[in-house]
Amino acid sequence: MKTVTIKLKKVPGLYLECESVTPDKFAGKSLDAIAALPCSEGKSNYKLGDWFEISGSAGATAEETKIDVYGPGTSKCKYFGAWMSAGEVVINGTADMFTGSWMTGGKLHVKGDVRSFSGLQMKGGEMLIDGRAWNYLGAAYRGDWRGMQGGLIRVKGDAGSDLGTFMNGGTIIVEGNVDIHVGTHAEGGTIIVKGKAHRRVGGQMVKGEIYVFKGCDVMMPGFKKIEEREIEVDGEKHVFNVFIGDLGERHPKSKGEVVYGHLYTLKE
Amino acid sequence: MTKTIKNVICTFCGTLCDDLEVDVTDDEKKILQVRNACAIGAEKYLHVGNPGRVVVPRMRQPDGTYKDVSYDEAIDFAAKTLLKAKKPLFYGWSSTNCEAISAGNVLAEKTGGVIDNCATVCHGSSLLAIQDTGVPSCTLGEVKNRADRIIFWGCNPAHAHPRHMSRYSIFPRGFFTAKGQKGRKIICVDCRETDTAKVADTFVRIKQSYDYEIIDAFRTVLRGEEIPDEVGGVPAEKIKEVIDILKSGRFVTLFFGMGLTHTLGRNHNIDEAINFIRDLNDYTKAVLIAMRGHYNVTGAGQVLGWQYGYPFACDLSRLTVARHNPGETTSVDLLVRHEVDACVVIASDLAAHFPFEATRTMASIPTITIDPHISMSTELSDLHIPVAIVGVEVGGCCYRMDNVPIETRKCVDAPEGVLDDEELFNRISKRVDEILAENGVQDASEYLAKIEQES
Amino acid sequence: MTEFIIKNGHVFDAVTGQKGDVADVCMKDGKIVDKVSNSATVIDATGKTVMAGALDVHTHVAGPKVNLGRWYRPEDKFRLGERCSAKIDPKTKIEGGFSIPTVYKTGYEYARMGFAFLMEAAMPPLYSRHTHEEIRDTPIVDEAAMPVFGNNWFMFEYLKNGEIDNAAAYVAWMLRQTKGYGIKCVNPGGSEAWAWGLNCMTVNDPVPYFEITPKEIIAGLITTNEELHLPHSVHLHSNNLGNPGNFQTTLDSLKIAEDFKPNNNLGRKTVLHHTHIQFHSYGGTGWGDFESKSKEVMDYVNKTPQISIDTGSVTLDETTTMTADGPFEYHLGALNHLKWGNVDVELETSSGVVPYVYDPKVKVCDIQWAIGLEVPLFAADPMRTMITTDHPNAGPFTRYPRLYAWLMDKKYRDDLLNSFKYATKVIDATYLAEIDREISLYELSQMTRAGPAQVLGLSGSMGGLAPGMNANVAVYNINPDNMQKGIELENAFAKSAYFFKDGVKVVENGVVLEADPVVKKTYWVNAKVPENKQVMHDINEKFLKYYSVSLGNYEVIDHYAPHQEIIEV
Repeated sequence: MKTVTIKLKKVPGLYLECESVTPDKFAGKSLDAIAALPCSEGKSNYKLGDWFEISGSAGATAEETKIDVYGPGTSKCKYFGAWMSAGEVVINGTADMFTGSWMTGGKLHVKGDVRSFSGLQMKGGEMLIDGRAWNYLGAAYRGDWRGMQGGLIRVKGDAGSDLGTFMNGGTIIVEGNVDIHVGTHAEGGTIIVKGKAHRRVGGQMVKGEIYVFKGCDVMMPGFKKIEEREIEVDGEKHVFNVFIGDLGERHPKSKGEVVYGHLYTLKE
Repeated sequence: MTKTIKNVICTFCGTLCDDLEVDVTDDEKKILQVRNACAIGAEKYLHVGNPGRVVVPRMRQPDGTYKDVSYDEAIDFAAKTLLKAKKPLFYGWSSTNCEAISAGNVLAEKTGGVIDNCATVCHGSSLLAIQDTGVPSCTLGEVKNRADRIIFWGCNPAHAHPRHMSRYSIFPRGFFTAKGQKGRKIICVDCRETDTAKVADTFVRIKQSYDYEIIDAFRTVLRGEEIPDEVGGVPAEKIKEVIDILKSGRFVTLFFGMGLTHTLGRNHNIDEAINFIRDLNDYTKAVLIAMRGHYNVTGAGQVLGWQYGYPFACDLSRLTVARHNPGETTSVDLLVRHEVDACVVIASDLAAHFPFEATRTMASIPTITIDPHISMSTELSDLHIPVAIVGVEVGGCCYRMDNVPIETRKCVDAPEGVLDDEELFNRISKRVDEILAENGVQDASEYLAKIEQES
Repeated sequence: MTEFIIKNGHVFDAVTGQKGDVADVCMKDGKIVDKVSNSATVIDATGKTVMAGALDVHTHVAGPKVNLGRWYRPEDKFRLGERCSAKIDPKTKIEGGFSIPTVYKTGYEYARMGFAFLMEAAMPPLYSRHTHEEIRDTPIVDEAAMPVFGNNWFMFEYLKNGEIDNAAAYVAWMLRQTKGYGIKCVNPGGSEAWAWGLNCMTVNDPVPYFEITPKEIIAGLITTNEELHLPHSVHLHSNNLGNPGNFQTTLDSLKIAEDFKPNNNLGRKTVLHHTHIQFHSYGGTGWGDFESKSKEVMDYVNKTPQISIDTGSVTLDETTTMTADGPFEYHLGALNHLKWGNVDVELETSSGVVPYVYDPKVKVCDIQWAIGLEVPLFAADPMRTMITTDHPNAGPFTRYPRLYAWLMDKKYRDDLLNSFKYATKVIDATYLAEIDREISLYELSQMTRAGPAQVLGLSGSMGGLAPGMNANVAVYNINPDNMQKGIELENAFAKSAYFFKDGVKVVENGVVLEADPVVKKTYWVNAKVPENKQVMHDINEKFLKYYSVSLGNYEVIDHYAPHQEIIEV
């Protein structure tokens, strides 16, 4: 694996849109060619070289390319790793919106926080966030009914609201707490919250699984407890209360059986 | 002698009443009397002649005071400010006509702006919900002619849309509703007992911010499933009672306002409400209508819709693509995150309605306010350009809350020399073209690169 | 005084009868002329195909439901992670949207394909201002819009009582008020029934309360249309759209036209235009035994000269359905459970919008696709058969080139047919595999130019290349002596080599040259009728009692249509 290191020369004034920073775009390019890739701030069009010091060994395929991103000011850069399909991106700091959105493969590691809309409509690959995630992590783009479809997102800290909206597949693991609207409209996939969820967990969900270890502040009225069961989740074995829902929503049938979303809370 | 102008459209709220009669002096300079309007609407017309109207643009001086300047100077300043900004914000649009909005959008595309209208702090969340789940709706005349079950959820037309209840929702006698109010059952859902709640047959008082859970409970009951004994302060019995009332109706209409769009969860509340109405269609006919506030906030979205494809929060800053992502391209977020470096406030009062953080950013960047009146925004701006008042001094198309377009009427002349919004935007656009041509560049992006290189 | 001469192209034109003859086409001051002076700009069309500008007889490109589609589908501009919003040519505006393009994209894309005229297929009268605002902002192409009459309370009463004079006076008044072009009828009676959550499924289902049947409505509208001598015939979207076994309803509806003769001075020979007939040619009793009945329907159309049709061919894309057929959209929404938009309009109509994915992996979608191709391939008279996708219902209009290529290249369509997951079942349920016909360039020019112009009553100025006609000329990189196949043919139709609109060169090599290169016109019909006090009284009364706007604020005033082309009849 060849590593390209890019380091911001200064903090962007407004923000910087960096969708060129993916192994796919860097693949097969020399350092000079990478420096000529576009980035923009409002209507100002720049080259990556205008903003970043670029070093390391370049020219590998996307699969064999690792990009190491350093600040200052990564928190004002959007679209790191968006649409990436292979390789590895490491952000040594906090990243702004759309980090890893629409990614289909590869590995993305953010050592700080990610802002809203990260991991949007992810199809594959792996995303690890050491800090906390803001709103709309792994959600669908506005108006789309096809949310996250595959891959894995793991957040070590807390997550904001609208986690995994319209989720169809894949897994999101939040090791901290989450705010409101978890897995709203979910049609598949798995969400694991190891902390507490605030409110509105699984609202309008028709399929999929949500685990909340430390319970929800307010349960949705459309969920009904059906049993208690011991389940192994992310390497931990616990007894869970099992709910089905959202009973207010229209549910599809599969082989004659009605399909429900499942919500699991830890039995105290 | 006086002249009476009939069928005048009231350019105050989204109800857009079109039956006003306005008496004006023979020379069409002064409004004498307004009939048929509500108190707020009448005032909109009668205050026009009050002294103190700003009739020439005012530019902020280094000492903080305003100095009168010519329209030419103001237009030149505006054009240069917009061209020099990397990402200007165009916010407002809700109290002007569609012609002006169209001209303004052209200017925004030329200068790489973000176009956002008042929906962003109003029914934007309804629009997000519509994007997620669609919207079964109808025109207000359908409500008048057919509706026998009316729900007001988180809105208070008695105060905010004063003639709504008499023209469309509670009292009117229509084709299939000859009994008027007697043939209708009115349900009001709110966290406090408003004046609208007082005229309702059934008032459901809910705990604040429990709208989503309660509508989910409604839907669960509608599907014949059990719910807990109490949801959000409402006993299960009450919820079942309301469902029975609705199912027994022939035509259900849900009107909703800020009480639903701006409590916890925002768009999700509307989303759930839309799905509730959708479910009701399995039993009877049901629709819902958003109680849009400003008289042409709907039109601002319509024009933006057909030009760029989005109802609000449209980001044209790259000059080559139109993007829309509320949470990122919405005015409050842009200002709070310091992502814009110039601001144009048109036909709305940003400073009066936005969070303090956002207003502070607006005050710290070059800001141009285009408004007939002195407002909080004009006092925080670098330039105030006065314009004629739409619906009073200039006509033009406006959209009612149910998206029905109505042509507003001119009643009196604008003060001499005052431009209307459309002409103003066309002239700024023209000035932008001139500046680009003078500098020998193709577009605003090249212009910015050129001045960056020169400095 | 701009003059052009397009030299040595293969001209296909049903008006002049040229079937690929090598000839010159001359233009001067916006009109086709016999000859031009030496100073005319020469366009070399050697080895290229030359046709008149095309006309789209049925498309949804402007108005409230189109804009609702744009509003609620941001993902249509951001499909599959790719931005579908872009500035494409250097001098044009940003174009956005795939299935419901913005007005700019609509105008530019139609022009790139060589279209000169669009008929917006359904305009709710109360919203006609909105429709005209969008038409005004759509660049290049001329447009007209048809107000809907099939569920109008006034018409119900007049037609039920047989008061044709009153109906005619009302239609004439409405066309003037809305700057409309003709009589559109969508799901007669059914859209009114939908205001109570009901529908009319056959031509004999009475409308609730009004007690008139769809059959009476259709017959009454045709009578009214011919009494007014309108340029276009009644434009019908019949009952029971989209349901298995609906071909019988379609035949019942078509048969109503048998008793009527065209009555107009504009060259129209038909009395009924049945639109998107693909959606109405279904057999079977459910989705399981769903099958094509295109042959049965087209056999009847072929032997009935009073009827014209457009195809509504499915393109197998993700699209957005929108129609004034409110109940149909509700059922579609219940079927695919995607977002359902609905707007009922007081006294006039209803409408709905639902996104739909025509998935090639789904058998029903593939059968629909096959029917959409069978209809034009079974057509005996290309002058009465128009190729459409009922944009955006069966697919976006930007897929016309692909549709033409399927029709003109049997191998191209058969390759797709055989690639389907359920190919055998699809072939069993349809006729497509047995059809060898390939549409010729001349037939295509009839189906997309001369045909629609004649059906719309515009054959005097559009759809042909005879001297005196509007100088709308499209030149394609297609050499009839050595025709491209498949995808290459598609590309040649998508990006015309040249397109002239009213004698102005607006497109070259698929690039739109200017943002607003030419004055676009709004066509509407001013039908003169004797003053009718009864009708004016009824209108006044209904506006006072039942409408939510005042009569004085109903009319579409002139500034909504700055460049009008008024057809007086």
